[in-house]
This record gives sequence, structure tokens and C-alpha cells, in this order.
Amino acid sequence: MSWEDFALAFLNLEIMREASPILVQGLVQTILLSLLVVPLGLVGGTVLALLSTVRHPLVRWPLMAWVDTFRALPPLVLLVFIYAGMPFAGLELPAWGAVAIGFFLNTGAYYGEILRAGIESVPRGQMEAARSTGLTRGQAMAYVVMPQAVRNVLPDLISNTLEVVKLTSIASVVALPELLFQARQAQSVTYNASPLVAAAVVYFVLLWPVVRLLSRLENRQLAGRG
Amino acid sequence: MTAWERFADSFLNARVAAEYLPKIVDGFRLTVVLALLIVVSGLAAGLLLALVRSLGVRPLNWLIIFVVDLFRALPPLVVIVLLFFGLPAAGMQLSGFASTWLALSLVLMAFAEEIFWAGITSVPKGQWEAARSTGLTFVQTLRFVVLPQAIRLTIPPLTNRTIAITKGTALASVVAVQEILGAAHAGVSFSFNPTPLTLGALAYLVLFIPVVVFGRWVETRFAWRR
Amino acid sequence: MTSRPIVEARGVHKHFGTLHVLKGVDLVVAERELVFVIGPSGSGKSTLLRCLNRLEEPSAGSIVVDGIDLLDRRTDINKARRRIGMVFQGFNLYPHMTALGNVTLALRKVLGLPRAEAEARGRVALERVHLSDRADHYPSQLSGGQQQRVAIARAIALEPRVMLFDEPTSALDPELVGGVLAVMRELREDGMTMVVVSHEMGFARAAADRVLFMDDGLVVEEGTPEQIFGAPRHERTRAFISQIERH
Ligand SMILES: Nc1ncnc2c1ncn2[C@@H]1O[C@H](COP(=O)(O)OP(=O)(O)OP(=O)(O)O)[C@@H](O)[C@H]1O
Ligand SMILES: [Mg+2]
Repeated sequence: MSWEDFALAFLNLEIMREASPILVQGLVQTILLSLLVVPLGLVGGTVLALLSTVRHPLVRWPLMAWVDTFRALPPLVLLVFIYAGMPFAGLELPAWGAVAIGFFLNTGAYYGEILRAGIESVPRGQMEAARSTGLTRGQAMAYVVMPQAVRNVLPDLISNTLEVVKLTSIASVVALPELLFQARQAQSVTYNASPLVAAAVVYFVLLWPVVRLLSRLENRQLAGRG
Repeated sequence: MTAWERFADSFLNARVAAEYLPKIVDGFRLTVVLALLIVVSGLAAGLLLALVRSLGVRPLNWLIIFVVDLFRALPPLVVIVLLFFGLPAAGMQLSGFASTWLALSLVLMAFAEEIFWAGITSVPKGQWEAARSTGLTFVQTLRFVVLPQAIRLTIPPLTNRTIAITKGTALASVVAVQEILGAAHAGVSFSFNPTPLTLGALAYLVLFIPVVVFGRWVETRFAWRR
Repeated sequence: MTSRPIVEARGVHKHFGTLHVLKGVDLVVAERELVFVIGPSGSGKSTLLRCLNRLEEPSAGSIVVDGIDLLDRRTDINKARRRIGMVFQGFNLYPHMTALGNVTLALRKVLGLPRAEAEARGRVALERVHLSDRADHYPSQLSGGQQQRVAIARAIALEPRVMLFDEPTSALDPELVGGVLAVMRELREDGMTMVVVSHEMGFARAAADRVLFMDDGLVVEEGTPEQIFGAPRHERTRAFISQIERH
């Protein structure tokens, strides 16, 4: 295959230009989707992490089962189950709804584990000092423990957020018109791989700065241990 | 029929379950094989890249860093789709299985390289100097001094990352591989009953809950965070 | 008229599972009194102190501080704790806040003071521990002694009726101990009621009204510093004191 043929099949600027309006639409959907599911996951994760500070066995074990179940199920399985299975239970969900629920369950469990580790990394004396000045448990959590917890696991939180944004691409499977879905549409109409390549480039340009940042943070974290 | 019976009849229908169980079991085998192949090739490639990087050849290192960043930034599903639907445009047809294997191996390679590299650089320079001063070669130093220290540090993040990426085998269903999710989804369309999806979800839990619990154990066993 | 005691703890027991750590301790502290508590490691000194503001839940007994029954279910413990300042061995400063932030958090969130007022009061508290010039420093930018003084300021800013100190100087390098003890002396001279767990004998002799010796969950002996250090009556007290004096 000559370079020209390759360029025509994969880097066809003409086709990319034609496809660009729907790719832009897809990108907008991907961004909106991320703006929906990241906060949703963070809220779910915070709730799980706060619950994990309750030592009672009636909270502890169900919580662990919940978290491990949703960490064990691949997110796509969860999504397909909700989208294709729930209608049989009389629950017809739009794609957005199915994605929101699936991501809430899955990414909530991951954020929950990260925040739990963060809370555990804050010395017990912090909570005690705060309580000794009359702060309630909730206030001590909000003003003293959580800020430190979040800071201690910031690299993990950023890393998980990157994964969540990447994961929004599975919404294409339930026909939510995000970036990958639109690129697939354009590719099947044009019989040309260039729209897919364009989508990949968009993802890369969008997420590469985050990857750079993370690899710095992670190196520093590990190096601190040497 | 009570609500529960109606629910059980659709989601846990014995007749449908008996009919599709063999397909799910076949899918289960395929998932396990695919996952194992990805783990072996991904980790091996990642380790190899990290070792090459430790040689310190500038242009080579830039290339490695670019490839690693690329596969950390791209959603795995985008890579799979690009390989499966894009390569035919270059006159090359990879099967769905091969596309998924290659894509997820590349992704795991990228993450593994980053983690191995962080591990290697976390071993203080003094260790290298001490070993080389006793006459050990570069390779011997790596093999007997640096890697044993680096690997301890890298095991927990590596385990978690490997688990997350092998869960991505469910993405193969998008490119028509009859692994668990593919088989389950097909079963639903044939039987007009969601029981195959329930079986599929259970199969993933059977496969991955032990893995997730193992990951938890590794994390406490090699506790290195703080 | 004899004033009502500030702290009145009677028959305090504490179990950790099967471990019986406090075995019926009585502690009565009058207003403006400084009570010093000594005893071997594991004798229950910290546990006793932590029961006095209910950081530990006593298993039995009664604790009344400034007329408030701490173990009464109807007592708002967060309100009660404002009147009980506590200083920890490891400072426990909030690392993500400046010195002033540490001091003003409870003023704003517990007392509900507006920020400006809280900061004014916080600066007064920092002045009392001679750290006005460090108000905007983070804990990591302060020496251990300075950190402990900020922790004292954090507690006194709430104008407590009693201050509890749990080995406030034992995590400090020797040259930093003096500054913290000096601040504690000044507090005492200003009339603060204090319960101090510490092994700083010099400070005890100079400043304590009363010394308690605890061993194995019980108060074995109490008296003036001269009695306890000079002429201990119990064998265990004598052994302990000769042991720490050797250091
Ligand atoms: N949260 C806890 N759970 C279980 N046991 C505890 C707990 N806190 C304290 N203990 C035990 O209670 C006993 C008394 O501890 P405490 O900290 O009160 O001793 P202490 O007199 O302050 O000793 P030190 O001089 O070492 O500080 C010790 O045996 C300790 O191990
Ligand atoms: Mg103690």
C-alpha cells in the first residue's frame, strides 16, 4: 500500500472536513456527558466514602459488597443490562438515563474507594482535635478531614476522572450520539477510516495534557518512596 | 402472578437460562482466554519498553513516551473500533478477537510501562552505583538489585490497572466477539427475554469478584501509599 | 463560700474490649487549680484526660464539668466541649490551614462568629502565645514548639473554663520545651484551670497545686509536689519517681 493510498484511507482531509460538523456535535455531547457523569460519580463516591467511616457491621459488609460488585462488573455490562434489560421490567430508559445510572453505580464505587483511602490517610488526631473544639462530626469532616483527604489522593482522583471521561465512549453502544458514535456514523457512510482517526486525534488532544500532568504526579509519588 | 413472579419470569427464567447457559459458558471461556492473553502480552510489552527506556537513548525515549501517552489518552473502545473498522481500509482485516486483544494489550502496555518506569526510577541512584562498583554489569544490576526493589513498589498499582483493563474484554462484544457480554446480548435478541443478560452479569461477577478481592488484598499486603 | 469545682469526675471506669484501663478514678479540680498527672506508660493517663471531654466514652462513672453533666444523653457535647480546651502530644494542627485558620475555625463554625470578629479574637489568642507574627504561616513552616503554641491558642481562643494537656512537650526537641512551658505558666498566672499530664518535674514543682500518681488504671497517691516528689508514701510511686529522676 502506497503512502498516498494510506493517506486517502486514514488521513483524508476532504472527508474529515465533511464530517467535522457531526464530529463537533459528538464532541459537545462527550463534554456534556462528562460534565454529567463526573459530578454524579463524585457525589456517589463521597456518600460511599462517608458511609465507610461507620464501623458498624450492618453498614460495613453491605457497603463492601456494593462496592466490590460494581467494581467487578465491567461498565459496559452494567450499561447494557440497564439499557437492554430494564425495559423487560417495564422501565424504558432513554440512553442518557441508562448511562447516568450505570456511571453513577460504576464510577461512584471507584471514587468511593479512592476517597475512603484518602480519609484513612488523615491521622485520627485531626478528627479528635476538631471535635475537642466543639465542632460536630459533620463539620469536622467537612472542614478538617475531607480537605486533607482530597489533597492526599488528588493524583488518584484526577486519574480516575481521566478514565471516566474516556469511558464515556461506551455510551456509543447505546446509540448516544457522542464523539465515537458520530465518528462511526461518518465512517460507515463514507467507507473511510478518516473520521475515526479524526475522533482519536480529538480525544488525544483533549486528554493528553491530563496524561502528562498525571505522569508527573505519579512519578513524584513513587520517587518519594525510594 | 405477583410482581416478584413476573420479575423472576423475565429476569431469571429457568427455561431461557437452560437454553442459553451453554452459550454463556462458551463466552466465559473466551473471556478468560482473551483476558489472559492481554495480561501476558500487555505486561511483557510494558516491561520491555521500560527496560529499553532505562538505557537512556534520547530519541527512543521520546518515542516510548509518546506511545505511552497516546494509549493512556485514547479510550480503549476507540482503539478497538479503529483497528476493527479502520484497518480494512488499508486492506487488512483483523478479527474482532484479534482487534480487542491488540488494542487492550497496547493500553495495558502503556500503563504498565509507566508504572514499571516509575518503579525503576524510584530505586535510588546509589543502588546502581553500589552495584556497578562491585563489578555487576548493567543487566545484572537491573536483574538482581533494581528490579526486585522496583517490583514491590509497582505491584499494587499494576494489579489494579491490570484488573481494570481486563474488564475491558467486554468491549469485544462491540466488534461481534461472542464473549460473555456478546453471547448474552445475542441471547436476549433471540429469546426476547433478559435472562441471558442476568446470566452474563453473574458470569462476570463469578469471574471478577475474586479478582477484585485479590486486588484489595494485594493493596493491603504491599501497602505502600502512605 | 467555697466555689463549685470545675471538674468533678467520680468512679470513672473505662474498658477497651476486655482490657480494663480505668478502674474507678476520682478527679476533682477546683477553679484556678493546676493538677498534674504522672504515671507509667499505659497507666491510663491519656484515657482519663480523653474521658473528660468525651473523646472516649467512659464505661461507668460520672463526669461533671463546669456544672454540665457530660454523660447525660441530653447534653449537647459540642457545646460542652467549647468550655474544655485540649492540647495534644502531637499538636494535631490542621496542615491545610494557616495558624490563624487553625485558631479561627471553631470560632466561626462553633461560635458562629463572623470572619472579621473571629480573626480579631484569633489574633489575640496568638498574641497570648507570642506568635502574632506567625499568623499566616502554615504548620509545616513552624517549629514543633511554635506548632504546639498555636494548638494552645486554638484551644484558649474559645475561652474554655478548663484546659487539658496531654504530654504537651514530649514530642518536642529539648530546646523547644521551654517556650511551651512558659506559655503554660502564663496561662496559669491568668487564672486558667488546668489538668496536665506530663513528666516535666521542674514545671510540676514550680507550678502545680497538686500531683496525682496513676498506675494500672487507679490514682495511687496524690498530694502537693513536695510530698509526691520529696516523700512519696507508696512503693510504686517511689519507684516511678526515682526512675524518671535518673533521666
Ligand atoms: N483506643 C484504644 N483501644 C484499645 N486499647 C487502648 C485504646 N487506647 C488506649 N488503650 C490502652 O489503654 C491503656 C492505657 O492507655 P493510655 O494511653 O491511657 O496510657 P497512658 O498512661 O497515657 O500512657 P503513655 O504514657 O504511654 O501515654 C494502654 O494499655 C493502651 O494500650
Ligand atoms: Mg498517653
